[in-house]
Amino acid sequence: MFPSRIWREMPQRYRLEASTCKKCGKIFYPPRLICDKCGYRKFEKINLPEEGKLKTFTVIRTPASQFSDEAPYAIGIIRFSNGLQMMGQIVDCDLEKLKIGQAMRLEFRRVQTHDTHGVLSYAHKFVPKWY
Amino acid sequence: MRDVAVVGIGIMKWGELWEKSFRDIFVEAALNSLDDAGVDKIDSLVVGCMTGGLFVGQEHVGAIMADYLGQKNIPAAHVESACASGGLALRQGIFEVASGMSDIVMAAGVEKMTDTSGDGATYALAAAADQEYEVFHGVTFPGLYAMMACAYMNKYKVTRKQLSSIPVKAHHNGAMNPYAQYPFPIKIEDVANGVKVADPLYLLDCSPITDGAAACILTTVENAKKMKKPYIKITGSGMATDTIALSQRDSLFWLKSTEIAGKNALKMAGRKISDIDCVEVHDCFSIAEALVTEALGFFKPGMGVKAAAAGKTALDGQIPVNPSGGLKSKGHPVGATGIGQVVEIVKQLRGEAEGGRQIKGSPKIGMTQNMGGSGASAVVHILEVE
Ligand SMILES: [Zn+2]
Repeated sequence: MFPSRIWREMPQRYRLEASTCKKCGKIFYPPRLICDKCGYRKFEKINLPEEGKLKTFTVIRTPASQFSDEAPYAIGIIRFSNGLQMMGQIVDCDLEKLKIGQAMRLEFRRVQTHDTHGVLSYAHKFVPKWY
Repeated sequence: MRDVAVVGIGIMKWGELWEKSFRDIFVEAALNSLDDAGVDKIDSLVVGCMTGGLFVGQEHVGAIMADYLGQKNIPAAHVESACASGGLALRQGIFEVASGMSDIVMAAGVEKMTDTSGDGATYALAAAADQEYEVFHGVTFPGLYAMMACAYMNKYKVTRKQLSSIPVKAHHNGAMNPYAQYPFPIKIEDVANGVKVADPLYLLDCSPITDGAAACILTTVENAKKMKKPYIKITGSGMATDTIALSQRDSLFWLKSTEIAGKNALKMAGRKISDIDCVEVHDCFSIAEALVTEALGFFKPGMGVKAAAAGKTALDGQIPVNPSGGLKSKGHPVGATGIGQVVEIVKQLRGEAEGGRQIKGSPKIGMTQNMGGSGASAVVHILEVE
C-alpha cells in the first residue's frame, strides 16, 4: 500500500478513532464528511469500544498473495454495543471453535507485511474473549 | 419516452480463451448480435466492462471496441458498476433509445480475465469491494459471500446439502447450453467433497474466471415492428446501490439494492413478481442465488435455499432460475455477465433456447438481475413478448 495512504489512515487504524454525528449521534468508522442518517456535517471524534460480538465469520483458505503465509485464517464482522460494525481478522483462536455471538476483544496487530512499497501496516484484529 | 425493444442478441462460447484477445471476443459476440438483428450500422455503442485496466491493461474500452467493430466515428461509452457493468450498459442503452438521442444502440459487455494470474484476477475483482476497510484486512470475494452464508445458515438452520442443490441445478441447466464454460452435470456430493475456499463455501459454490462477451441490439418498438423480426420489449428497468462495505449493513444477508431495483423495475413494467415466468439472477456464489430470489420476492426471507433444494427453481419448477446454467456453469466474465443474462431471457421468450433447456409453456415475461460486488449495486430488467 502506498505510504501516503497508510499515513493518512493512521488516526482510525492506530487509534481506532471514529466520529459521531453532532445532531443525531450516529457513529461512523471510518469517519465521514456527511451523516447518511440526518445529513448533518459536523462530527465529534470518539474512540471505539474495545469489545464487540461476532456477527459472522469465515475462514479464508485461498487468500490474496500478501496473506498467503497466514492462510488459513479467520475474518469476521463484529458489532459493538453502540451499534457500530467493523470487519477484521480473528486471531489467537481455534478456527474450529469460532461461533456467532462470541465476545471479541480488539488488539493492535500487524496486518500486512508483503507490501511492494516495503511498508508494514498495522490495525485492529479481534481476539476471542474466553473469560 | 419511446418504448424500447431488443431486436438482436449475440454471444460466443465462454471459457478460458487463450487464443482470443480482449477485442476479438467482443467483436465476435457483437457481430453475432448485428447478424441476428439484420443490421450493419449502429448509432451508438455502450460497453460494460469491469476493469480492462486491471485484467489486460486496456482502458478506453468504448473507443477500441467501436474501432475494431468497424463502426467508425460513432459515439461509444464504457460503463462500469463492477460485476453489474453489463446490466448497467443495457440500462444506459435503453435511456439512449428511449430519449430519442439514438435509434439503434448496441448494449454489450466484455471481460478478458485469463490474461493474468489467479492472483492478478483476485486483485482485480477485489477492487469492487471496500479496499481500505475490507480487502485491507485480508478478505476475498468468496470470503464476503461466505460471511453472508455463515450468518444466513446459522439464522435459518440451512444445511450444507441444501445449499449444494443450487450449483447442481446450475450445472444441470448449463450442460444443455452450448455456450457455457462448464457444460457438464455435477452430483450433490461433489460440492462438499471439493476444495474449501472460504468456510462454508467450496470451489463448486463459486463462479469461475471466464473470458467472454455478449451483445444486444436495441431500437424503438416502432422501428422493431418495421424490421419484421421477432422482438422482445423491455418494459422495466431498475437500479439501486447499497453500502460498499458488507460490514456496514444491519442485515448481512438481505440484498437491499436488489430489493429496490426489482421493485422499481416491476413498477415501471406494471407487473408483480408472480407475473414473471423465468429469471436469470447473479449467482456469483451459490448463496447469492438464494439471497437474490428472496430479495426479489420470489420466496420469503429464509426460504431461498430451501425452495431451491425442493426443486422450485428448476426448469420445470415454480419459477425457473438461471435456465442458462447461471454464472456457475455458463461462466462469469464479469462485465459481460449482465448482457449474457439478457441473451438467455430473449432466447427463452423467443422459444429458441438450445439443448433441451427451453422452458415449457412458452414463457412470456422474463427478468434479469445483475449485481455488483457484495451487493453494493444491482440492476434489474423486465423483458416481455408483445
Ligand atoms: Zn446524523
